[in-house]
Amino acid sequence: MTVFAWIETQGAYAQPSSWETLGGARALADALQTDLRAVIFGGDSGSAASDAGRYGADAVIVCACETMESQVAQLSSLVAERKPRAVVAAGSSRGRELMASAAFDTGSGLISDVFELRVEDGLIIGTRPVYAGKVLMDMRAETATTFLTLRPRAFPTPAKGAKSQVPIETVAAVDAPSSPLTTVETIAAEAGAISLTDASIIVSGGRGMANNPVAAPGTLSADEANIWRAQQGFAHILKPLAAVLGAAIGASRAAVDAGYIAYEHQVGQTGKVVSPDLYIACGISGAIQHQAGMRGSKIIVAINKDKNAPIFKLAHYGIVGDLYEIVPALTAALERKLS
Amino acid sequence: MAHIVTFTRSTPDTAAKVWVAESGAVTWGDVATVVNPWDEYSLEETIAQAKAARGRSTALAIGGALHDDALKHSIALGINSAIRIEEPGADAGDSLVWTALAAGAINKLGDVDLAIFGKESVDVGSDQHMYQVARSLGWSMLSLVSKIIELDFATRSIKVERTVEAGKDIVTARLPAVLSVLKDINEPRYPNFLGIRKAAKAKIPVWSAADLGIELPAAATTALSYSNPPARDISTEIIAGADAAEKAALLASHLLAEKVL
Ligand SMILES: Cc1cc2nc3c(=O)[nH]c(=O)nc-3n(C[C@H](O)[C@H](O)[C@H](O)COP(=O)(O)OP(=O)(O)OC[C@H]3O[C@@H](n4cnc5c(N)ncnc54)[C@H](O)[C@@H]3O)c2cc1C
Ligand SMILES: Nc1ncnc2c1ncn2[C@@H]1O[C@H](COP(=O)(O)O)[C@@H](O)[C@H]1O
Repeated sequence: MTVFAWIETQGAYAQPSSWETLGGARALADALQTDLRAVIFGGDSGSAASDAGRYGADAVIVCACETMESQVAQLSSLVAERKPRAVVAAGSSRGRELMASAAFDTGSGLISDVFELRVEDGLIIGTRPVYAGKVLMDMRAETATTFLTLRPRAFPTPAKGAKSQVPIETVAAVDAPSSPLTTVETIAAEAGAISLTDASIIVSGGRGMANNPVAAPGTLSADEANIWRAQQGFAHILKPLAAVLGAAIGASRAAVDAGYIAYEHQVGQTGKVVSPDLYIACGISGAIQHQAGMRGSKIIVAINKDKNAPIFKLAHYGIVGDLYEIVPALTAALERKLS
Repeated sequence: MAHIVTFTRSTPDTAAKVWVAESGAVTWGDVATVVNPWDEYSLEETIAQAKAARGRSTALAIGGALHDDALKHSIALGINSAIRIEEPGADAGDSLVWTALAAGAINKLGDVDLAIFGKESVDVGSDQHMYQVARSLGWSMLSLVSKIIELDFATRSIKVERTVEAGKDIVTARLPAVLSVLKDINEPRYPNFLGIRKAAKAKIPVWSAADLGIELPAAATTALSYSNPPARDISTEIIAGADAAEKAALLASHLLAEKVL
């Protein structure tokens, strides 16, 4: 009996969310009284493999397979052969595709987006949000192996232990059909940008970002001037605050749809669901669909000039005022306190 | 002729209160449903790409009569035909059962080149059905597509831009393929008067597993129970101060004390 935890790698390094996965899987393996094996797909996995031991894996399985197609084949073959009780992965883009595909290929049940796991009478039960978190659902798989994807930041990263010698087993790649996809080009995300779902602090801007007092170039139409002022606000008012805090930048749908900032930043029901330790909403009213994406934040701060804005009902701290005065002052105050 | 299918369903309005009733069932009272908001983009892409290729489009929903609203909305927007697949065993929402029906319907249609999904459903939001349909059919899977760059039904090739955590990938694949699309792929249209009239008159055919000629697999998962989340009890502290600097300094002290920095 064993539990697998899939460690997502980028080159030789593990994605930080993989250690949350390992932490969640460790607790599950303990409750099932079985061992925990980290599974790493990738040619050069030196540091990820040794780190997996330090974060709690009993053993590591490494296999050189790069494409999604070959990883699905590899994982399915490992599951068929070793019959783990569970396969746990982060709910990242790759994690979701890999788990859903291998669950299908092995005829196994998949519980996705789990934020709590427990074992009852030897059976694994996952709790996940449905209806945008308005309802919680308990789910169980009826198959020998339960596939699970974990909600980002729902499981704490375990403490990194001392260097330990865990066995690393290298398995030969199984024959897989060649990938039906060909990657022509990869455009890396902005260097140093922090992914929203993994961020521990998020600074978010809404439609209120357009009320930037700076004068727009006279050549712009009224609409273009609005967009320009908001973009300047994101670049020169929100970004410096995010830089001081090491935060990611979020946005409301109104800000995205108006063209103030790219869709990748949208938080909410039709954007990303985030759960940082700190969420600072600037010029965001707090519509229900926005709340759906950020309600799980530990501490919520709202900066809004309308004291009746619904976001204040959700916030732990609020400042009623013009974000273009408050945010630069907050950046300066934090700079002083954090330096 | 090129044939694109899309999967869609009805979901409660995103503004609706949804809760677990005494009986243990999930309810949203008598609030109307909407087409799953993520599907506004897959419907638009399906209609636009089918038109561009002078092909046709079909919308499929799996489940009860509730989903006829989403299918009628699809027709009002310009989807050529809509079919609902209903099977008592599928109601529990297991993804392997669902996939057997979805793949069965595509096989029955016979001439499908492309299946386009929304990124997820806003209610159960599992983001998993499309991958399993692609596995079942043995088709190429292109997830999280933010742009279709080229689509050629004659040479059976597609080139898309995908947006993932690490950035954007430009990827080519062969048809037939399954796609899931993101919100920034297009600007959805609104239904026009003629479309609404067409939808009002449309009769939605209902297929069963027997009609598809398939046997359903056993469900691999069981939804055990639903519960209302614990109430969040928050006291909001509105920070007062003489000016922006004073308020900001106070807030900064609070955040330090909260140990979230
Ligand atoms: C199906 C569906 C899905 C949706 N999905 C999402 C989603 O994923 N994410 C999302 O965010 N929304 C989503 N929405 C939209 C949502 O309903 C709201 O329209 C949107 O969140 C409003 O954005 P906002 O708060 O930035 O704008 P507004 O509601 O216009 O609020 C702007 C706020 O800025 C304040 N303000 C203005 N100027 C200043 C200033 N100088 N200083 C301080 N405050 C100022 C105003 O007081 C106001 O409260 C969705 C809607 C639907 C129907
Ligand atoms: N019962 C259903 N009928 C039709 N489409 C569905 C159904 N369930 C999910 N989908 C679609 O599948 C996509 C992904 O949904 P999900 O995997 O549930 O997050 C969305 O476009 C949904 O609209």
